Amino acid sequence: MPAPRGPGAIKAGRLAGMLWLAWKMLVGNRVKYLGIVFGVVFAAVLIAQQSSIFCGILRLTVGQVLDVEGPAIWVMDDNVEFVDDVKPMPDTDLFRVKGVPGVNWAVRFYKGQGRARLSEGDYHQMILLGLDDATLVGAPRRMFMGSLADLRKPDAVVMDDAGYRKIWPGEPYRLGQVFEMNDRRAVLVGLTKASRSFTSFPIIYTRYSQAVAFAPRERKVLSFILADPAAGLPAEEVCRRIAARTNLAAYTKEQFIWKTISYYLRRTGIPVNFGITVFLGFLVGTAIAGQTFYLFTIENLRQFAALKAMGTSNGTILLMVLSQAVQVGVVGYGIGVGLAAVFGWAITGHSRLAFFMPWQVPALTAAAVLLIVFLASLLSIRRVLVLDPAVVFRG
Amino acid sequence: MTDAHSDGGLAVRTREVTKEFLAGETVTRALRGVNLDVPSGEMMLLVGPSGCGKTTLVSILAATLEPSAGSVSVLGHDLVAMTGGRRVRFRRENVGFVFQSFNLLPALTAAENAAVPLLIAGQRRSRAIAAACGMLEQLGLADKLASRPDELSGGQQQRVAIARALVHDPRMLVCDEPTSALDAENGRLTMELISRIAVQPGRAVIVVTHDERIYEFADSIATMEDGRILSVERRRGVAEGLANR
Repeated sequence: MPAPRGPGAIKAGRLAGMLWLAWKMLVGNRVKYLGIVFGVVFAAVLIAQQSSIFCGILRLTVGQVLDVEGPAIWVMDDNVEFVDDVKPMPDTDLFRVKGVPGVNWAVRFYKGQGRARLSEGDYHQMILLGLDDATLVGAPRRMFMGSLADLRKPDAVVMDDAGYRKIWPGEPYRLGQVFEMNDRRAVLVGLTKASRSFTSFPIIYTRYSQAVAFAPRERKVLSFILADPAAGLPAEEVCRRIAARTNLAAYTKEQFIWKTISYYLRRTGIPVNFGITVFLGFLVGTAIAGQTFYLFTIENLRQFAALKAMGTSNGTILLMVLSQAVQVGVVGYGIGVGLAAVFGWAITGHSRLAFFMPWQVPALTAAAVLLIVFLASLLSIRRVLVLDPAVVFRG
Repeated sequence: MTDAHSDGGLAVRTREVTKEFLAGETVTRALRGVNLDVPSGEMMLLVGPSGCGKTTLVSILAATLEPSAGSVSVLGHDLVAMTGGRRVRFRRENVGFVFQSFNLLPALTAAENAAVPLLIAGQRRSRAIAAACGMLEQLGLADKLASRPDELSGGQQQRVAIARALVHDPRMLVCDEPTSALDAENGRLTMELISRIAVQPGRAVIVVTHDERIYEFADSIATMEDGRILSVERRRGVAEGLANR
């Protein structure tokens, strides 16, 4: 004979039994169940996919900062608002930065745009990155053809693969291609993988001295100073010292990335456009899921009334409806985010569409889905809570 | 709280029970001073024309509806004094229901449907379903345990509903038109089952019906009209009734 169960065990048993019942009621009507799940999936896909594309686009804006590995500090003119907003500094600023206590080393970095003239006479706008001649700090890390050392050769440039395919579409990768920039000869000595740029222009890496020659002539040409803090000093502290001593702006790599992203968020229509799509996905998903869930509840009102008549409390009924909503949300979320991830995986490398799904996107989508199922279940909850159990006696 | 037997063997005792429904400014008086005694161990039929207040009265006796005035004692509990939570608990522990339209959960098997009151009572699912299977076997549905309601005939569905009403061994069974959705043969079979299995010493059975064919199963018949009990006809004594089953 089993031992008598305590009140806690009975309550837990009741809850488990009723949640199981709620689940059976939910999946028992396949059409309605799939309808509710579809609403959540629709919203989750749209929110996750559009948010990922949004993040992908924002990532494009900081691609060149992300690709520069090594230096922890970016120094620039105080008026620079984002990475493409280059305001050249005099070369002497490099020495001022080097002189700040706590700076381990500092090198020049050129970032600008140049126009390449191909042998066929075509012109192409290029993003030009000039690396410190001596150290090549900021050099690409994912060379897949040629050698970085060849960058020291006269007129040598390294190009990103997307740029190569844009300039010479359909042609196999081949080093030794020659083109002109600012009437100067440029020879392709290497190909690298690089983060795509916001403008999708080809990216050219070369030595700093070469880059300023390729670029249109200006009095001041130093775009950025890349620096590293002395051992044991936090980069933020060294940034503060540089700013205080030189009146230049100094940011950690992370800070500069967020400054650039913040600029695009504040000064462009990108967030509004994507926000509208995400909001519409949220609204439509809520409407579909809410309506179907409500119809499902209405269809089951007599069953809920019978359960209440048989002694199910309003609290348990509330938990049953909420658990149904959560079950739908979990399934819909899983399928939706999964579909968005598969979409991103499928287009990676095959499309110009930017797609980047950091952990925040699934988290945001989960929060949105939670809100959707909560809103969707509100009407249903109200309906079952006010339901008179005596209704079961009315034919 | 007292035991049913302290009410002189009465499972139900109502005095001057009235029930008014308000729709806008219109007051409808569904019950107009109902006095009714239902002895324990008996089956009482509540009969009368549509709209006479049978459903309202049985809803009050089953603690799903509160009276506007009067006193209601069921199984020794004063239902009028009960709070909402205690009424829910009272129904869970003491009342079994057989509904006119069965109200089985379409997604559940017969065994799972019959186990619902035990789940509501907090029993483990496996034990609840095992108990429900035993009850269904008593009702002749041993081969239908895994069938869903849409795979069962009307008579079989009503038998599942009876199993569900009795599985937690309630002290009062409330049946609302249990035969109205059934043909004559199934209706008779249903009443035989209720009479044989449900009517037990210490348990009262109240059946709301329009079906004169089932009067023969009653120990007493209360006739209602216009919100009042017109008459209570005793067909046989408790001892006689139980002996005949």
